[in-house]
Amino acid sequence: MDIKDAHQAREHPTYHQALVRWITQLADDELTLGHRDSEWLGLCPDIEGDVAFSSIAQDEVGHAAFYFELLHELGEPDPDRLAFARKSHERRNAKLVEQENGDWAYSILRHTLYDIFDGIRLEAMRQSSYLPLRHGVAKIQREEAYHLLHMKTWVVRMGKAGGEARQYLEEAAVRLWPQLDDLFSFGDADEETLLRFGIIAFGSAECQKRWEEQVKVVFGQAGLLWPGEIPLSGRDGRLGQHDPALAQLLKTMTEVYRLDPVARW
Amino acid sequence: MVTEAECWKRLQEVKDPEIPTVSVVEMGMVKRVKVMPGRVHVEMMPTFVGCPALDLIRKQVVRQLSEPDASVEVEVDFVFDPPWTSERITAEGARKLKEFGIAPPGSQLDELPSCPYCGEEKGQVENLFGPTACRAIYYCTRCRQPFEGMKKV
Repeated sequence: MDIKDAHQAREHPTYHQALVRWITQLADDELTLGHRDSEWLGLCPDIEGDVAFSSIAQDEVGHAAFYFELLHELGEPDPDRLAFARKSHERRNAKLVEQENGDWAYSILRHTLYDIFDGIRLEAMRQSSYLPLRHGVAKIQREEAYHLLHMKTWVVRMGKAGGEARQYLEEAAVRLWPQLDDLFSFGDADEETLLRFGIIAFGSAECQKRWEEQVKVVFGQAGLLWPGEIPLSGRDGRLGQHDPALAQLLKTMTEVYRLDPVARW
Repeated sequence: MVTEAECWKRLQEVKDPEIPTVSVVEMGMVKRVKVMPGRVHVEMMPTFVGCPALDLIRKQVVRQLSEPDASVEVEVDFVFDPPWTSERITAEGARKLKEFGIAPPGSQLDELPSCPYCGEEKGQVENLFGPTACRAIYYCTRCRQPFEGMKKV
């Protein structure tokens, strides 16, 4: 059954709760990574990279704003408060996106790993029973295609270049692998409910399976060795268990908001 | 009271703030205009989800449509159904984009647009990203200059 708007969603408490928790994960992933992307401005190896990261940052933060707007319609606080006033433990992003940018190779590979996951997650929502989500997803998918194309191109280019570039890329993969596990967690958004009500079409295990298939293709093209199984970290960002990197990010990101939370910008 | 046709005509005056020669109608961003007693409702499709120009466009639409009669309440909603795609740009819009020095979008994601200056068909991708979310940067191998193009989305 399709749910056409927030009003209708709020009539079904189980549906509503799972939906809100799910969209919170989407919003927090996009906002956090979007902010990290913006930190590259002026620091990329070339001006094209600078323009790309700022453009991608704008897209990701735009997607976050769209998801926060959906949450607001569903009865959550206004988008600015959701974005800037919540503390670290209230956030539901995966730990991967909150990590400091590190070097260029790390940032590019991290983005590739996230974009592939995000693409699969968007695919799972393409026929979502929640129509406002389904419609936004159709639009977001078209934009994300460019991000992935850019990121994959660079991973393959660095891998094939050999030498220092390849060494940085290999080191990035080693650093990234232990940061990946909760990307595939749905945290407190009940997977069974999400599937039963058709908010998503397939679950976490299927997401991870597809992700591994797609990432292996990119690793193959770049000539990178598959790092093997993803180790468990014991902490789940989707349950608000974050690394200190998130608190550091929030301190910077919310600095202006905290000056005067009721100001209109 | 304004008519629907008059509203569309007035919307021709609302330009994309990043491309001041092309109107929101020519960009294919206006989905529907509905005139009701004392009220006009406009549905628009953003070119990109995070387009920062939306607030500005909304204000311009309100100003244009409430000019003939200030008592009319103008409502602007941004909708994603259907999603805006680059095919929605009208022929006139494409012509004006080119005139402004921006190549109109190709029909495929990997199709390179022809140079808006010399018409050469084969350019090179300089950067998939450009000065705004909806544009990419190309390089023309014939007239040897970089040019911008609207992304195919």
